[in-house]
Order: sequence, then structure tokens, then C-alpha cells
Amino acid sequence: MSLDKNTLVRLKDAGIKQDEKWLVKGVSLEVNRGKIITLIGPNGSGKSTTAKIALGIYKNYEGSVEKFTNKIGYVPQKISIDWTLPLRVADFMVLTENLSADEIEEALSLTGVNHLVNKNLGNLSGGEFQRVLLARAISKKPDLLVLDEPVQGVDFTGEIALYELIKKISEKLNCGILLISHDLHMVMSATDHVVCLNGHVCCSGSPTDVAKDKEYKALFGDQASQTLSIYEHKHDHEHTDDGKIKQKN
Amino acid sequence: MFDDFFIRALVAGIGVAFITGPLGCFVVWRRLSYFGDTLAHSALLGVTIALSLEFNIALSVFITASVIALFLIQLQKKTNLPGDALLGLLAHSSLGIGLVAIGFLSFIRFDVMGLLFGDILAVTTNDLLVIWIGGILILLTLGFIWKPLFASTVNYELAEAEGLKPDIAKAIFTLLMAAVIALSIKMIGLLLITGMLIIPAAFARNLSDTPKKMVLFSIIGGLLSVFLGLFSSLKFNTPSGPSIITAALILFVISLFKIKQTIKLKN
Repeated sequence: MSLDKNTLVRLKDAGIKQDEKWLVKGVSLEVNRGKIITLIGPNGSGKSTTAKIALGIYKNYEGSVEKFTNKIGYVPQKISIDWTLPLRVADFMVLTENLSADEIEEALSLTGVNHLVNKNLGNLSGGEFQRVLLARAISKKPDLLVLDEPVQGVDFTGEIALYELIKKISEKLNCGILLISHDLHMVMSATDHVVCLNGHVCCSGSPTDVAKDKEYKALFGDQASQTLSIYEHKHDHEHTDDGKIKQKN
Repeated sequence: MFDDFFIRALVAGIGVAFITGPLGCFVVWRRLSYFGDTLAHSALLGVTIALSLEFNIALSVFITASVIALFLIQLQKKTNLPGDALLGLLAHSSLGIGLVAIGFLSFIRFDVMGLLFGDILAVTTNDLLVIWIGGILILLTLGFIWKPLFASTVNYELAEAEGLKPDIAKAIFTLLMAAVIALSIKMIGLLLITGMLIIPAAFARNLSDTPKKMVLFSIIGGLLSVFLGLFSSLKFNTPSGPSIITAALILFVISLFKIKQTIKLKN
């Protein structure tokens, strides 16, 4: 088997059928090292399903899925933690990988939640939990990061910071990122390749190409392609976790 | 002061507490208490099979419980019945078949009460060897699958996506459950063994904020229950298995006060 060293996962004509109905069909895509590929599409268009096929969570898929790495970090869209589990953030961080206290601290600092390390997971707010999820996924320095709506519930400025972090991570770790999001204009600036799904691949290409695509306009409306300007960061200061302005060093 | 049989009972009880402590935590976390009950009920069938074929009892119980577990998984795939209904179906039908089979084994003198409620005071040195060697093997195996099992207990999809193979861990855990029941049925009895799995773990939950602490406290709770239960059984001449479970319940009730205190502190 000859393979491109930089390819981490490759889907060819992949799809999944449930009760004679296709959840998603004919998806071909490749996640490469150092690149961010974004899946967009309306609710129920098969974004999460496609990610789960790529991850090997769904096994009864059609088509072919080739994975070239086992070092994977995953932020699922939905996750509920049972209260019967006494689980602190620190315990959750080492769920699939053994990390030192320093590594845990470092990853949590990146997403701005290192002060929560000894808190019970059940007592976090939605946004805090999302930051912990992201920290956990990047802490194991994966080759492939799959992020399913990674900033849901995070406040607006936090959202921007996290997207910038995701971009930084992909450069620093030289990992491939499969990102799922519905907030188009936020995502697009950082993305190398966009796949627009609606049960099948509507269109794909660079963000600017996709924005011009007729199918994309049909799916999201004209306005969406206008809002799809590259986001410019006008915020000239950063906040600490308690909302104060962070001093620049 | 103590007779040999009492020392043997203590050593057996300590062994049981060490095994049921960690496994009990997983039973609570994964909501498997009724599943444990079902496997325990099937043990009666295992014992009758062993007696009629003159086969090792512990091994026969282990095999029967494993077969029932496999059967359950198949039923879950093939029917639309909810899980608890299937568990009830298997639990009571295997108990029924077991009791019917005992009726046919009239030529063997048979202590049904001992089987239902355990007779820890009757353990032999041989039993002790089986418990301790089997127990060490069970704990080593659990340690080996801890990471994937715990990760998939928290979230199956995370464990699967990040390559931990949770299905294999789950299958091994099911076998461990069958093994624990096979080892402790003689001591605690098939109606009470799930109690020994759940009550110390529930006690531990009230006192712990991390998974490892909960396992530790669960073992401690089990050990205390065995000591308290056995000594009171000696003093008040009460049946040993039920005394151990009663002691565990008392510990659990005490641990509830600790929760009240922490809630007060938080407010």
C-alpha cells in the first residue's frame, strides 16, 4: 500500500445506512498533517456522523476508511458525565493517556482553565467544561484532532481565543484537524479546506471557493456568503479568567 | 479466643472484600447492579449442574454465569425488550430452573439456605486458596483493563475514538463479574452477593471525590463490614452472610451524615 506520509485519515465514498435510510452518503475527504479541514452543514446533515465514521466509532459504514495514526484527540459534540462518578478535572484529563501534573497544568492553561484542575467535573459550567474537553484532547499531543463543535457554550471573546488556539495548535503540533462547526464566519479564516455537507458532499474547496458556490448559497442563503468575510481581530487586549484585563508581558 | 473456623471465615471475608470493593465500584458506575443480580441467580443453576455431574462448583458457576451473560448480550441484540426486563427474565428463569433441578437431585443432601445466604463459617482451607489465588488473578486482570474500562465508563465514544478498545475491556469485565460470583457464592450467598458489591461502593461514593479514592474506600468499607458482621455474628449468634450485609448498610447510613456535613459546608 503506497500512502502519502502526510495523510492521517482518508474517507473514500464513505456513508452509513440506518434502517434503509442513509444518514450520510458518498463522503470523500482527507485530513492531512498540519491542515485544518472544516465540515459545515445544517442540523442533521451528517457532520458528526462523518466524524464518527472517520474515528471508527461507527463500524457498519459503507465505502472505505483508512486511518494512518492511533494518536487521536476527540472532542465529542455531546457528552454527559454521570454523577455516580466522582471525577475531578484532573482525573478526566488522564482518561485515555497518562500525563504528568505539569502536562495537565500546561494543557489546561492553554484553554484558560488551569484553576479548575481540582474541581468536580459535574460542577463546571458549559463553557468551562468545553474548555476542559478541548484541553484534554490536545494534552496528549495527538496527530489527529477531531473537534465536534468545540466552542459551544463558550462566550464570544473566548470563542475567538479558542479558534486562534486551535490554529496555533495545528501549527505547533503539526497535527491534522477535522473541525465541525456551524458558526461559519468564525471558522473560515483558519481553515484550509471546507467540506459542505447536507447528507452528501454539496461542495468543497477553499473557504472562498465554497462561499461562492451556488449549492452553498442555496443551503445557507445569500447572507451567509456575505458574512463569510475573514474575521479580523479588533480586540486589543486579553482578559484573565475573572474578567480583568490581562497585563501584557 | 477464636476458633479455627472463625479465623478461616475472617481470612475468606477479607479476600472477598478486596475483590468486591473495586468491582463493586464499576457495578455502581456502569449501573450493573441488576446485571450482577442476574448472574448471581444463575449461580444456583451452576451449582446444581456441578453437583449432578460431580464437577467443581466454583468453575461450574463461573461457566454458567458467563453463558448467561453471553445469552443476555444476544437477546439484547435480537429483541426490542428493555434491558431490565431481559435481566429479570434471565434472573428468575435461571433461579426457577435451578430450584427445579435441585428437586430432581433428591439423592444429594443439599443446603439450599447456605447457597442463598452463604455460610462463611463453613469455608475450608481449600476454599481460602481458591479465593485468594482467584482474587489476585481477578484484581490483576482488572488493573490491566482499568484504563479502557474506566474511560469507556465515563464515555464510550471517547474511549473508542482514541483507540482504547472498550468492547474487549467490557467483555473481560463481564467474565470478571462471573468469576467474583463464583468465588464468593459460598461465603455470601447468591441472594446477598450483589449487596456486597454495591453497598460498600455506595458507602465509598459518599466519602470520595476521585475514582481511585472511591475504590480504596470501597475496599475499606467491605473489610469493616466483614469484621463487624463476623464478630456480631459470633456474639449474637446471627447468620454470618446477612450480618455482613447489615454491617455494610450501617456503614452506608453513617456515611450519609458525612454528605450532609459537606453540603452544609458548601452553603
